[in-house]
Amino acid sequence: MAIIEAHSIRKSYGSLEVLHDVDLSVQEGEILGLIGPSGSGKSTLLRILDLIEPSDGGALSLFGIDVVAERGRWLDLRRRMGMLFQRPIVFNASVYDNVAMGLRYRGASSDDIDRRVKEALEAVGLSRYIGSRATDLSGGEQQRVALSRVLVTDPEILFLDEPTANLDPGSTATIEAIVARLNREEGTTVLISTHDLSQGQRLAHRVAVMIEGTVAQAGSPREIFHEPRDQKIARFVGVQNIIPGRVVSRKEGLTTVEAGGRQIVSTTPPPAEEVTVVIRGEDISLHRREPGYEEAENLFPATVTSIEPTAPFVNVTVHCGCDLVALVTARRAEALGLAAGMQVWVSLQAKAVHLIPREGPG
Amino acid sequence: MKTETLPGDIRRGDGETVLPWWRQRKRQHIDGCTLWFCIMGAAIVGITVLALANIAMTELADPVHLLEVAASSEVLGSILLTFGAGASAVLLLILFGTPLAYVLARSRPSRFKGFVESIVDIPLILPHTVAGLLVYLLFMRRGWLGAPLSDIGIAFEDAFPGTVVAMLFVASPFFINTMREGFEKVPVHLENVARTLGAGTFTTFRTVTLPLSLRHMYNGAIFAWGRAIGEFAGVIMIAYYPFIISTLIYYSFTTDGIRTSRSIAFVVIVVSLAVFYLLRRMTRHLGRYDDRV
Repeated sequence: MAIIEAHSIRKSYGSLEVLHDVDLSVQEGEILGLIGPSGSGKSTLLRILDLIEPSDGGALSLFGIDVVAERGRWLDLRRRMGMLFQRPIVFNASVYDNVAMGLRYRGASSDDIDRRVKEALEAVGLSRYIGSRATDLSGGEQQRVALSRVLVTDPEILFLDEPTANLDPGSTATIEAIVARLNREEGTTVLISTHDLSQGQRLAHRVAVMIEGTVAQAGSPREIFHEPRDQKIARFVGVQNIIPGRVVSRKEGLTTVEAGGRQIVSTTPPPAEEVTVVIRGEDISLHRREPGYEEAENLFPATVTSIEPTAPFVNVTVHCGCDLVALVTARRAEALGLAAGMQVWVSLQAKAVHLIPREGPG
Repeated sequence: MKTETLPGDIRRGDGETVLPWWRQRKRQHIDGCTLWFCIMGAAIVGITVLALANIAMTELADPVHLLEVAASSEVLGSILLTFGAGASAVLLLILFGTPLAYVLARSRPSRFKGFVESIVDIPLILPHTVAGLLVYLLFMRRGWLGAPLSDIGIAFEDAFPGTVVAMLFVASPFFINTMREGFEKVPVHLENVARTLGAGTFTTFRTVTLPLSLRHMYNGAIFAWGRAIGEFAGVIMIAYYPFIISTLIYYSFTTDGIRTSRSIAFVVIVVSLAVFYLLRRMTRHLGRYDDRV
């Protein structure tokens, strides 16, 4: 069942259009990762979905209720949801008082507040700080206080607006583990916006990409990262090879594309005659000599033109008619003894080659 | 290693020598620019100090007369009336001006907002007599508001409510503008946090925005009160009687001469200084429920 249904949502601030034609559906109990570059409207969309501010138009349904028509129920609906912001925001009061805020707003009894605050702090591993001033804690601890402040209210939908953007890897892992456990054990629906692509892949069951104020593509992480719908999405999800090509044949379930004089085989049905070939760098394997046994449908010699270390990987550009960028581990690059001008063999599976219709320049 | 310590120097536990405050002050370096700024500022402060010294020297030379004037029921009653009317005006401003200040702080710039802001500022730019006349015309017995209110027994002409309403009019921009600045300094995302936690708009205002703006409310109230109790022209238009302190000084000046009016003025200066000093001191103890973002 869709717990959130948004259609044609739009929002402007003055003459600045932040969101347009946003369509999004979130199923109950799933984790949806909302990824997109800064300024693409992720935070604004989350605020609209959490009923913090109204949209300028479109249809929005939460828990099966048409919230545009039922404006008087916003406070009740908001109390069934929770939101964690990018910056750790705590009030200059004790950790206990910070976590108790939401329960006090709901008029809970002091015994109930006491019990639930202690449970919530236990869950985020901050019980020992219960009497401390929240502003004295570190950034990661403050964000955990903010998270427990949300969790104590038992939200059915949890919105996370880049919750780990300012945190160290340890605090990030803690927050991610708490969110994953909450989803697994409580069935909480989670919407997490992030520009950390790996976080989107790690946590989310489904991913929606926001580009220039709209949801450009939504699907499984594999679809988004390996089968982007257009060039903008491909660039955003970190595809290293976006090459113009032309379909030359299609037989036995394989499409052959010519790109820079090199024929590359793909399993994608031809979407148009003029196409863009999309290949992730990590799907390209490099070999010192022609492999004796190779399952990959694409196998050809190439010349190394440049090597660029980008820890923990190395970007190796090879020329084989067209330029291809392969992502290899530093250790693998060392084992291959790669150097500019060196002859190598490139292997690439046909299913790693994705084709999209060619767009105009850019 | 043993360190020689000069007499009067204070030593910390870690062996670091800390100079006493009178020697620390000597070490402070003041650059030429700051020095000139101080000298120019001193000219402004100097005028006030000279004026105060002038009246103090004259009045303290005849303490018997001064005490006589200070203890008179007419002067004491007038001071209480002035302070009380000013406080009433400020209370009304807090009640009605605070919501307006919040709306102005949170609304997006628009022509209508600019228009409302200009109306709020009108008492600042009008001559006080004009402000007094506006208040009189509105609240006199035949005025748009004065007529219906006098029907239910609230009279403004030569009455305490008239004094309050005149003070309210001239003091309102001081409170509303200060309060609006305070609300603008409260980050909207703090309010959003409260709302995501289940607070309604008024609960958010009451539990987050207002506590964070208390200092501005207090300062705005002090500014407005100071402006209100100092009003003269605006008040006499509608309420010459009962005498507020400015009217009493003017009346005394025109009937008894400079000696008595000067003594009343000196009493007012001493009382006002004491009251404002105390009010300012109290801001230090005004709790601040702020955030660190």
